[in-house]
Amino acid sequence: MVADLMSDRRALARLITQIENGAPEARQLVTRLYRRGGRAHIVGVTGAPGCGKSTLVAALARQLRVHAPDAHVAIIAVDPSSAFSGGAILGDRLRMRSLAGDAGVFIRSMASRGALGGVAAATADVVEVLDAVGFGTIFIETVGAGQLEVDVARIAQTVVVVEAPGAGDEVQAIKAGILEIADVVVVNKADREGATQTVAALQSALDIGRPMPAAGLHAIDPSHHLQAPEQPGPSAEWRPPILKTVASHEEGIAAVIAALEEHRQHLQLSGAGARRRARAVEQDVRARLGDLLLRRALRAVPQTHYNALIAGVIERTLHPLEAAEQLFIASWGQ
Amino acid sequence: MTTSTEAPLDPSARPLRILIAKPGLDGHDRGAKIIARALRDAGMEVIYTGLRQTPEMIAEAALQEDVDAVGLSILSGAHKTLLPRVVEAMRERGLSDVPVFAGGIIPDEDIPDLKAAGIAGVFGPGAPIAEIIAFIRTHTPIRER
Repeated sequence: MVADLMSDRRALARLITQIENGAPEARQLVTRLYRRGGRAHIVGVTGAPGCGKSTLVAALARQLRVHAPDAHVAIIAVDPSSAFSGGAILGDRLRMRSLAGDAGVFIRSMASRGALGGVAAATADVVEVLDAVGFGTIFIETVGAGQLEVDVARIAQTVVVVEAPGAGDEVQAIKAGILEIADVVVVNKADREGATQTVAALQSALDIGRPMPAAGLHAIDPSHHLQAPEQPGPSAEWRPPILKTVASHEEGIAAVIAALEEHRQHLQLSGAGARRRARAVEQDVRARLGDLLLRRALRAVPQTHYNALIAGVIERTLHPLEAAEQLFIASWGQ
Repeated sequence: MTTSTEAPLDPSARPLRILIAKPGLDGHDRGAKIIARALRDAGMEVIYTGLRQTPEMIAEAALQEDVDAVGLSILSGAHKTLLPRVVEAMRERGLSDVPVFAGGIIPDEDIPDLKAAGIAGVFGPGAPIAEIIAFIRTHTPIRER
């Protein structure tokens, strides 16, 4: 079945649609495939619109394919859904023409669909399926805007933050907090004016954002003892490299690929990967539990009671917390 | 099956996924972009692949993206050769059940041949957007949610 999905791309594409739609038919296969995953390198790529994420992902995928023709590459490009219509324009394939005709590359565009926790759960399941099916590297590309990239950072093992000269100045980078999730920073369009200044600004932003050394933390925060201690050794601490690329000309791509591989090894050798995964798994299970409890509660409460409580909040005779508590009590034990 | 041009009221109803592509060499994609935006505003997810797509690229994108319909915009005059080749490339990939429609500058006298070649709908430059949306809604088979 697993091998079938790698060769039967239509079946794979259909399964992804079912996962996106929360179709019950997909569930059995998804849960079965999960047990076979865990081999792929999952790379998140995020950054402001226009910084060249799609072009960079295409260049990375193309060179990975050249260097390791046996390793298949999957790309999931997530774009936000329109809050007004629920529709979306998914245009990332536009910049991935160089991958056309390569049967070892699978590209899928996904809309965020705005459902609470939806993008995280569906994307995570799609990634797991691609992993189990045998894709060696899976890229998840998202616009660096709000919750989306945080969710993706949870799914990815290695997060690449892309900036372009002039686009993300120092203040913007810090404000967005996006550098906090970066394992590798790429300054794309580096042939443009201002690339050197952008690298310098990012470097100083990274330096400011770096956590205190472990010894300092002990002194300040006694609860640190409760945490699993960092493994000693040179790989215990990862410093995100800042790399310059011109993705449209495939310049600097080899260095990014090397950094991705290095980070992957760091995750394995330092134990950071296992810790990251443990955190991600726990968050994932809790999010899904929350979703199940919410569905169960909403099913258990009569629609009229639910409507009355919502109306109460609208009229300000109830605080939202009171309404939630009453729904909780009403649904309990049903 | 709904024929309404309104966005579906049921939020759990899945959005239709539509591929909008431009086969051939002409460099004008304004019409394709207008359609893409209109379909998005009608609640659909539009995969937009841009200019200069080969029939194979379009068919492969339709397959990977698991779309419900494919819309082709063509202004170059090469519709009589290119559009049937898209249908053929899709058929080779087992996508015969995915409806293909076309828009752009297509003379009326060419429409019967295109329909015979498997193009389900042809829309001229003046076609109202609502007509295209209604066409998509009536021609996309209901699949598992």
